[in-house]
This record gives sequence, structure tokens and C-alpha cells, in this order.
Amino acid sequence: MKNLIDILDLSVEEIDEMIAVANDIIDHPENYREACKYKTLATLFFEPSTRTRLSFEAAMLELGGRVLGFSEANSSSAAKGESVGDTVAVVSGYADIIAMRHPKEGAPLVASMKATVPIINAGDGGHNHPTQTLTDLLTIKREKGSFDNLTIGVCGDLKFGRTVHSLIAAMSRYSGIKFVLISPDELKVPSYVKNAHIRNKGIPYEQTTTLDNVMSELDVLYMTRVQRERFFNEEDYLRLKDCFILTPEKMKLAKQDLIVLHPLPRVNEISTAVDDDPRACYFRQARYGKFIRMALIMKLLEVK
Amino acid sequence: MNIDSIKNGVVIDHITAGKAMQIYNMLNIDKLDCQVAIIKNASSTQMGRKDIIKIASDIDLNLDVLGLVCPNATINVIRDGEVLEKRRIDLPERIVDILRCKNPRCITTTEQEIHHIFVLTNAEEGEYRCMYCDTKVGN
Repeated sequence: MKNLIDILDLSVEEIDEMIAVANDIIDHPENYREACKYKTLATLFFEPSTRTRLSFEAAMLELGGRVLGFSEANSSSAAKGESVGDTVAVVSGYADIIAMRHPKEGAPLVASMKATVPIINAGDGGHNHPTQTLTDLLTIKREKGSFDNLTIGVCGDLKFGRTVHSLIAAMSRYSGIKFVLISPDELKVPSYVKNAHIRNKGIPYEQTTTLDNVMSELDVLYMTRVQRERFFNEEDYLRLKDCFILTPEKMKLAKQDLIVLHPLPRVNEISTAVDDDPRACYFRQARYGKFIRMALIMKLLEVK
Repeated sequence: MNIDSIKNGVVIDHITAGKAMQIYNMLNIDKLDCQVAIIKNASSTQMGRKDIIKIASDIDLNLDVLGLVCPNATINVIRDGEVLEKRRIDLPERIVDILRCKNPRCITTTEQEIHHIFVLTNAEEGEYRCMYCDTKVGN
């Protein structure tokens, strides 16, 4: 039995295979309407999430399966002090596969040690969010056609942004990649992420504190939110926040085939005026999330 | 300062100066009822200064702890006043139930009866990370 806890649990070949399935689902959804008939997905969300939970549930329903679960810890036995291990041991008796979000980092790994059905990490604190990364990869593949020879800009909160770390780890396995890391000094990519996935692999990278200077180089721009609470003082926040807001003016500096991604929710880091630009992919990206989760559920349930 | 040699037991030598008490505590040496000598800041041609712990009893040492705290230490097993065996410490691949993760958001802080496991992630720098949340030991 396989689980998805960390994006690096999947080989490049397995990711390619899932992307191919997701593409086929998009082209021929009718072929998959009963792929998971009589199978049940449990969504155990110990903290609230709209997008990810609905995306998992939509994915299972479109495969002809059923869903059950809870969407906050208060409505689960966790409120009574039940351990994660016990919860999943019980739920393993009711479902064929479990998607789990938990505020504690490493909770899905603990769950995978106790469960008798596959566990999907749907986000564990600030640690991992591998299905977001699969979504990002499907988006890049569909929009750019290939993973190779891309200059990828990641912008915003690169220190705490779990989706950024996973994306860097996943993309560093392809050839001809260059990373451009755009963030205030306070929110730079942690050195262990940089060392493990960029420096040690000899991947070229550039680190900068302004978007304008690098816009013209990028093939992919991955935006994240710069949160006020991450700054030590209000002055720094006010000084820096505008440097990381994507506007139509900044888009004028970019290539015609740039793609802009964002894991969402967005607050103000991408001006709504950018939404109509065909290069803005973030809403398509959210839609792709359902298809890649369908492919993932099928893979872990070993159904064709 | 002179400290007698031991006849039978274990000498942990070449401990980085200042780390003897940490090792003493982590190995639970305070629970032993044999003679124990802790020598701090002994002069060393190799290291300048070093700490030494002499234990006058045959005990099983948890080498994982030593590998973690002081990978340069050496262990001399003494029998009848002679060095029977000299061992260098290797960094263990995994450290189980010796340390606790300091990340307050780590699942190990709340989940009951869970093994606290750290994995060697960079042998050159002796870097260990929590298996569950990837937090570095020492952070």
C-alpha cells in the first residue's frame, strides 16, 4: 500500500504517469465516471479548508465514489483527545482511502503508520502539501507543455510558504531549470531548502528583492501571499508589501508566454486587474487540482 | 590534577570541551552506583582542551547519544587496567527516543506513545532532522 505524505515520495515517472491520467480525465471524463464505484474516501480535516477539501470530495464524486468525513477538529473525536493514530485506525474500517489535513506537522506520517488504507496528506501545518504541488505540476505541464528548460520565479513568502518549498523540490528534478527567488530579506528561502534542492544539485538561481527587475526573464511566476504577521514591525511590512504585488504594469514587462500561478487564497498580492490577462493561470490551476486528485486517488486505490 | 586509572570500565575520551555534563545527563550516568570521574578542560595535544568521562564499571553505552552530541569522542574499554578495545563513534542513521522535537507544531508534541525519531540528513555536518516535521536538531 502506498501513501502520499511528501511530494518526493513520488518518482518523476509516477508524477508523469499521474499527469497523463489527469490529462486523459480532462479529455474523456466519461471514461472515469465509475472508476471508483463502491469506493469511499474519508476527508479528515482537523482544520478548516475550503478549496482542498471540496477538491478532494469533487474528485471522488466524479470518479463515482462516495465521501464521508469531517471538516474541523471540533466535530471529530480529536476534541475528546483521541490520538491521530486511533482516529485513522477506526476510519480505516469505514473508508478505502483517507485524505487528511492536520495543523500538526507530521500528523499524516503518523496516520500512515496506523492506517490500513492509503493516506493522502492534504496539508500538515506549515510542513507539506503535496497535492498542491501535484496541482502546480499539472498546471505547468498543461500550460507550458514541458517541465524542462524553464526559468521559474517564486515570489512572496519563501520562508514559511510550504507550497514553495515543495515546488522547488519537485521542479529541481527536471533539466535546464533556473530558479529566481523573489522575496524580502526577512522571508528568504530557508538555507536547508536551498542547499538540498538548488545548490547541491548545481541548479542556477538568482535571489532578489524586487519583481520588476526579473519579470522579463520568467517562464513561470509562482506568487504567494506576504502576510503582515510575518514581519517584525509594521514599517517593514508597509515598506515591502508593494514590491511583491503583481499588477498589470508589471505584467507588461513579462514574456508573452509567461504563466502566473498562485496556490490561492489570494488577498491583495495579485491585483484583480491581472485576472483577465490570459497569462493568469491561477483559477485554471484550482480547477486542475480536482483532476490531479482524481488521478492520485485512482493510483493509490490501484484502479484503472 | 591526577585521577587514577580505572581497572575495569569505560573511558569516553576526546569529548569536545564543555560537553561532558551533557553526555553525563543524556547517558543517565547519574543512575550508576560505581565510581565516575568527570574531567573538564583537560589539555590535549590534538584538541587543545577536551573533556573525559571515566566510568569504573562495564556498562552498555548508548552510542547513538554519543554520535549525536560528540561524534569525535572515542571510547576505550578497559579490562584489567589495559585498553581492550578502542572505538570511534559513527553517526547513527536514526536516533530513536533520545531527543524530543522542539517544534511546537510537531505531531510528537501531542500524539501519545509515539517514537521520537531523528534521521541523519547531512553526515558532513552531523545534521539530524525530525522524521515527522523535518525540524533540525538544535533549532
